[in-house]
Amino acid sequence: MNLNEEVEILKGVPLFAKMEPAKLKLLAFTGERMTFNSDQEVCHQGDPGDAMYVILGGIADVLIDTPTGQLRVAQLKKNGFFGETAILCDAPRNATIKASESLLTLRINKDMFYRLVSEFPSMAIEMMRELAHRVEDTNQKLREATANKAA
Amino acid sequence: MQRNLFSYIWRYSRPEQLVILLLVVFAQVFYFMSLTVPKSIVNNGITGNAFKNHHTIPFLVWELDLSAIFPGKVLRILDGFQVDQLQYLVIMSFVFLAAVIVNGQFKKSINTQKGRMGERMLRRLRYELYDRILRFPPAHFRKVKQAELATMIKDEVEPLGGFIGDAFVQPMFLGGQALTAIIFIMMQNFLLSIIVLVLLGVQMVIIPRLRKPVLVLGRQRQLSARLLAGRIAETADGNTEIHVHGAANYERADISERLGHIFKIRFDLYNKKFVAKFWNNILSQATPFAIYLVGGYFAITGQMDVGAVVGVLLAYKDLPSPIKELIDWDQQRQDVQIKYEQVIDQFQPEGMMDPDLQAVPDGPIPPLGHELVLTGVTVSEDGRVKQLDNVSLTLPTDTHVAVIGGSGSGKDVLGQVLARQVPINGGSVRIDGQDFFRLPEYVLGARAGYVGQETYLFPISVRDNLLFGLKHRPVAPAQYDDATRALREAFWRESERAGNPAFDPNADWIDYELAGASGPADLLRCIVEVLKQVELDEDIYSLGLRGTVDADKRPDLAEKILKARHALHGRLQDAAYAGLVEPFNAERYNRNLSVAENLLFGTPVGPDFDGDNLAADPYMQTVLHELRLDEELLRMGLSIAETMVELFSGLSPDNPLFEQYSFISADELPNVRLLLQRLGGKGVEAVPEADRVRLMTLPLCYVEARHRLGLIDAEMEDRLLAARRAFAAGLPGPLRGAVRFYDFEQYNGAATLQDNILFGRLVYGQAQADQRIGTLTREVLDELELHDSVIEVGLEFNVGVGGKRLGATQRQKLGIARALIKRPQFLVVNEAVAAFDGRTQDRIRDHILAAAEGRGVVWIANRPSQAEPFDRVIVMQGGRVATFGEKAQVEGNGLYAELMASA
Repeated sequence: MNLNEEVEILKGVPLFAKMEPAKLKLLAFTGERMTFNSDQEVCHQGDPGDAMYVILGGIADVLIDTPTGQLRVAQLKKNGFFGETAILCDAPRNATIKASESLLTLRINKDMFYRLVSEFPSMAIEMMRELAHRVEDTNQKLREATANKAA
Repeated sequence: MQRNLFSYIWRYSRPEQLVILLLVVFAQVFYFMSLTVPKSIVNNGITGNAFKNHHTIPFLVWELDLSAIFPGKVLRILDGFQVDQLQYLVIMSFVFLAAVIVNGQFKKSINTQKGRMGERMLRRLRYELYDRILRFPPAHFRKVKQAELATMIKDEVEPLGGFIGDAFVQPMFLGGQALTAIIFIMMQNFLLSIIVLVLLGVQMVIIPRLRKPVLVLGRQRQLSARLLAGRIAETADGNTEIHVHGAANYERADISERLGHIFKIRFDLYNKKFVAKFWNNILSQATPFAIYLVGGYFAITGQMDVGAVVGVLLAYKDLPSPIKELIDWDQQRQDVQIKYEQVIDQFQPEGMMDPDLQAVPDGPIPPLGHELVLTGVTVSEDGRVKQLDNVSLTLPTDTHVAVIGGSGSGKDVLGQVLARQVPINGGSVRIDGQDFFRLPEYVLGARAGYVGQETYLFPISVRDNLLFGLKHRPVAPAQYDDATRALREAFWRESERAGNPAFDPNADWIDYELAGASGPADLLRCIVEVLKQVELDEDIYSLGLRGTVDADKRPDLAEKILKARHALHGRLQDAAYAGLVEPFNAERYNRNLSVAENLLFGTPVGPDFDGDNLAADPYMQTVLHELRLDEELLRMGLSIAETMVELFSGLSPDNPLFEQYSFISADELPNVRLLLQRLGGKGVEAVPEADRVRLMTLPLCYVEARHRLGLIDAEMEDRLLAARRAFAAGLPGPLRGAVRFYDFEQYNGAATLQDNILFGRLVYGQAQADQRIGTLTREVLDELELHDSVIEVGLEFNVGVGGKRLGATQRQKLGIARALIKRPQFLVVNEAVAAFDGRTQDRIRDHILAAAEGRGVVWIANRPSQAEPFDRVIVMQGGRVATFGEKAQVEGNGLYAELMASA
């Protein structure tokens, strides 16, 4: 896959939707493409985080450790991203991400990420929107869970 | 050391000085001859004065006239023969030539001897100064700057060498000349000679006085230059601090101030020097003035004839030059004397170590005693604050003891005392009744170990650093062939003449027995063992993979590595590793290699094809031109330039992305942008000649798999492959050695072990390819039992200045390993593990204790909890021992409980 094709994919990622094509190209050029085979772990829960990933192709499972073993809580598809929490608040990875089929990602390391966010506020807003969605989603689930427990 | 340079010179070079003096006197004869023979040639040979009465005269008649003792007795030694005028002329001309040659030979011989003597003395002096550095008390190094020591030994004593040759000969020689002239004047007229003598006396008193300030300034100049050297070294050492604190301009102010000061001294020096010169000239002309006036008066009044006045004037003409040179010599003498004093003053600090303590052992080194007894030991650096206060302890040298205490408890000072790092101000330390501080250094060096919080590494290989503590004496002499042996022996004889020891650094100094090895063959086993104890083996293994091996020197290893390559490539066929490595294949373009690497398809040796030189190489250019690839590369270069300008234009020049990713540096980008604007899309034909090479170098570092600009399609691959083949096929003879081509069946001595084993490149963007191939490589190497051999290669890694090429923890680990490999009878670990994380600290402690079973360890704990596995514990507070004993006894102590609770 060459750079221009990658830029085309990045254009479809909501996170980068409002970025100029030239900057997208810079992102594609400087970011690292990582291919993961099916069942290969991208990151492991509890490990320190040093990069975020944008999925350019394939599907990844989000797994969380429970006393009874790993539990799949979500799936991420093309245009999805993950790993931003660990680099935003220096926390360990809060989930294990595993490729469920051949997975192509754009890996953006910590320094690069901060540089992008400060240079492209639109990216920050997009990320906030996504995070807010996730919080809302979690709250929803929590409400349901409490309601179920009460019932 | 003698304060007086002259007694120093005389003491060590007396015989040589006398020989030279003798030569000088002897040379005068021939010098005189070369002056008198021309007179005979002119008078007798040419004008024929001696041939007026006879056709021939006797020649070479040697008679010894003894008539003074035995009247009338003349002893004829040689009868000689008769010569006519022409023969005489020929013979005397050849005599003249011979005299000139002999005179020249004497001069040469005298000068060589002087030079050799001077250089020998210089060598002796330098060695002696260096020897003193080795005997400085440790505290003195906190006061002197290393750069200043270096300048003193290197530069400041240098002029002494030149002077030493002339120290005695010059005044004798010149004095003799001057004396002759004065005697001649005296014979002409006594009064006149008195006047001349008085005037000379005045000169000799006044001129040195005038030069005195010059000397004082010269001394200041020397001091200020030395300080400048120290200051520059500080800047280099403290460069991080200067940048971190933004103090560069303050440093500039300081250096400017110093340079201004030096300028002032130097300018004053010029002023004073020329004032002295002015008076010197006036005074030296005062004597002829007096001769004219007084001699003229005598001539007019008839007390002296005119011829005598002219004779005195002529004699005087010869006088000033030796006198002037004598004065010069005297000035030089004072100058070097001052230099000498200033240097040696810096080399005699209080408390220098006795040379006996650093003697070379003449056999195996005796063991350390069994019991260290400290009685009332007090250490206080400035005489007030007591870092150790009346410490009394009895420490068997074969037990494991932990020392705990808060900061300022004096535990670290206790550790330093036990390694003789600090002198004690009161009390005594005895080992089996002997004064611990009088123990020869080699006993301590071989039998005791000490590691402090900081480790200094020499800029040599890991291996040499590690074995540093095993080198106390030459164990086996180096093997030389007869010719080299003779050269070496002459070299040592010369060393001894200059008072230098005739040690051979090429000898084998490694004390294998101390390391527990039987000889060079199984030393590696011991090394690997200690590296494991300090958990450094993996790091050295990685360094080994990045190291190179010369196949000529280690054919066995090269062959095994080749085997590993085959084994690895066999394993890579496994589907699990599919797509992780792109092997080097002569028939295929490698998308994970740069264009340059693909063209060269080998490892550059030397500068010819290295880096940017490849594009500029004329042979490579011809190859590319013949295949019309130069135009293609130019097109690619243009395309890369356009992309770079597009991508990086908006970024600030100091953005790290430039350095990491851009093909074009931030400084160059505006020029490239300008170039592209001028071209205005006109294509490669319009590129000016001057910019072509620059554009052509751009695609050479282009890696298709990594940069993915889509510049290299299948057709381009084929063309580059053709160029690769053409390049290899037509490589001219002189360039054959400049590249080692990739060949699956050949070990490549120019490439790293890792590259040799992998024989390919990791494919970009494959997750964890690095780790997975790393693990696979290790498995393969383990199967072939090559793991230790790789470590052996890693041991050759040069650690750089101060060990800076290693990380801080690696340095510290190597420092600990250096102490452990000696298997010391008594090891002091003075908070040496503090730099590691807690778990590593404990693991390394356990390794050390296990390895030192039955031998003594004093563990100065940086955390009290480290004392846990020790049977005996010393608890310290305020420079005193609070309690000491078996753990069970100590546990009742309140301070112990408190320290343990805080841990």
